[in-house]
Amino acid sequence: MMFIDPHIHMNARTTDDYEAMAAAGVVAVIEPAFWLGQPRTSVDTYIDYLSTLVGWERFRASQFGIRHYCTIGLNSKEANNEALAEAVMEILPRFATKEGVVAIGEIGYDEQTALEDKYFRAQLELARELEMMVMIHTPHRDKTKGTRRSMDVCLEHGLDPRMVVIDHNNEETVKETLDRGFWAAFTLYPQTKMGSERMVDVVRRFGTERIFIDSSADWGKSDPLAVPKTGRLMLARGIPAADVHKVCYGNALACYGQSGQFDEKDWLAPAPIDQRVLYEGNSVLRGQAPRVDEGPAGDSPVEAMREEDLLIV
Amino acid sequence: MPTPLALLTGWLDRQLDGPAAEWLRGRLAHLAGAHGDRDLYVAVGLVPRKLGKADLALTGDDLGAAHAARKGWDPTGWSVDQAARLALLLTASHRGEAFFEAFHQLWRTADVGEQISFYRGLPLLPEPARHLWRATDGCRTNIKAVFESIAHRNPYPAEHFDEVAWNQMCLKALFVGAPLHPIQGLDARHNGPLARMMTDYAFERWAASRPVSWELWRCVGPHPDDRCLIALERAIQQHEDSLTAGAAALACATSHAPAATALLAHASNDTRKAIEAGTLTWAALCARAGA
Repeated sequence: MMFIDPHIHMNARTTDDYEAMAAAGVVAVIEPAFWLGQPRTSVDTYIDYLSTLVGWERFRASQFGIRHYCTIGLNSKEANNEALAEAVMEILPRFATKEGVVAIGEIGYDEQTALEDKYFRAQLELARELEMMVMIHTPHRDKTKGTRRSMDVCLEHGLDPRMVVIDHNNEETVKETLDRGFWAAFTLYPQTKMGSERMVDVVRRFGTERIFIDSSADWGKSDPLAVPKTGRLMLARGIPAADVHKVCYGNALACYGQSGQFDEKDWLAPAPIDQRVLYEGNSVLRGQAPRVDEGPAGDSPVEAMREEDLLIV
Repeated sequence: MPTPLALLTGWLDRQLDGPAAEWLRGRLAHLAGAHGDRDLYVAVGLVPRKLGKADLALTGDDLGAAHAARKGWDPTGWSVDQAARLALLLTASHRGEAFFEAFHQLWRTADVGEQISFYRGLPLLPEPARHLWRATDGCRTNIKAVFESIAHRNPYPAEHFDEVAWNQMCLKALFVGAPLHPIQGLDARHNGPLARMMTDYAFERWAASRPVSWELWRCVGPHPDDRCLIALERAIQQHEDSLTAGAAALACATSHAPAATALLAHASNDTRKAIEAGTLTWAALCARAGA
């Protein structure tokens, strides 16, 4: 089974993770621009970070046969540093149009301050100007209100909810997100966000329309195999394979495919120029024997896992 | 004779469909006049979204025209987006210093595709020597396609790199698995330190029981010190059908050093005959290697 992880911070992950993800069937990832666990203090480090997302990290992923895409934005935490935020807003247009940038994101609220609101709105306007999708990070604290407010502001700025992903949903926010026509993403992240058993229940209760899952794996305790593990758990709990496919692959593809930058052909039948530039398989792995390309269905480590190993709680 | 810019726009106009060609013409017309930095940034950034990334369709005549317009310019393997980005840059370059500053900013925020376009375009840009640091810095990349955009089919390194940068580029090509033969000026810029570096590298690889690039001997033949000769002798005695034995023999045959030509005694009869007949050439070896 093929998987897409439409929210993962590969910049913070190791080559072991890439190998495990590829072996588990992950064929494409989206890496949203976010903060690094500590605040940046200048626009120059921001430029280097965003350059990594559109350059080095894309290449690094391609070495493992995984296609890498990203979103570009000023995150809500760093929006609170006004001098930095102003400078970042200046350079964002230069990154937003790069190849493989599927959305402006992840943007939204953290503490729901006035500055967060100001730069959230400025970026929604940028998305409108550049006709781009938006990926919304919903806050950990005061979540329900923050999620509602995020959607209110998107509509206020005239965005089409079909072009907006509300991420980090939970049982309390999903109904409103879907009812208002937005895409609802769920993050399988131990302890703070969704667990995999709960996700099985969400799919049972809310179906699979406009719902998809991601790992948001980053520099914290998180799981880069969260999508394939949860997919496997869904199968084990009797969710039909077609539904699992939608939640773990098809819906993310349909959603971000609207950007024109996220196409199944990229990994199933890459264009020759792309293969030369960004899909070199494993030929450039220094000093290592090339992995025999067993295809996405190969010996998935997740296939062999016991059910309790699939649980993310 | 048409300028490189005229050639690029002609090729693109011929290949692009209506709306794409129209978008590009509009942007070129705008950048040819007074414009702001942001206009250039956004136009360069949007190119793949607007024009796609198909291979640039070129005929033999086109390649000839390219070489005539700018000696050494070889757009083999270029794509539409690369050609278009370069056309935009060349068009905007009338702004002088303001252009160089904007280009510096573009380079700072370039993605992989843009980096490749910019490096391939180096020899066509005004005042190419100003970009020397960028070019040598670009050779430090770990992204093979970016490295090759500088090293391969590009007259810039042979024209501008000093010996240290040149030698590092040639040796690094082997490290990233890039062939040597597409490097322009490879035979013209041979030098003693490069022969020694290549030889040391061969010994390192042999010591580790790893394969040694057959192409490496091409850089060793012209300047064989004693250690190089030992290495050449070892290489020339490998299996007679091997690319390595052929390449080492050819390197010895074309060397002006008598000690190197003397090593031909170790080559097989067939190899010596092929060299005398002119059928064993670097091009023939490349063809055999499928390169």
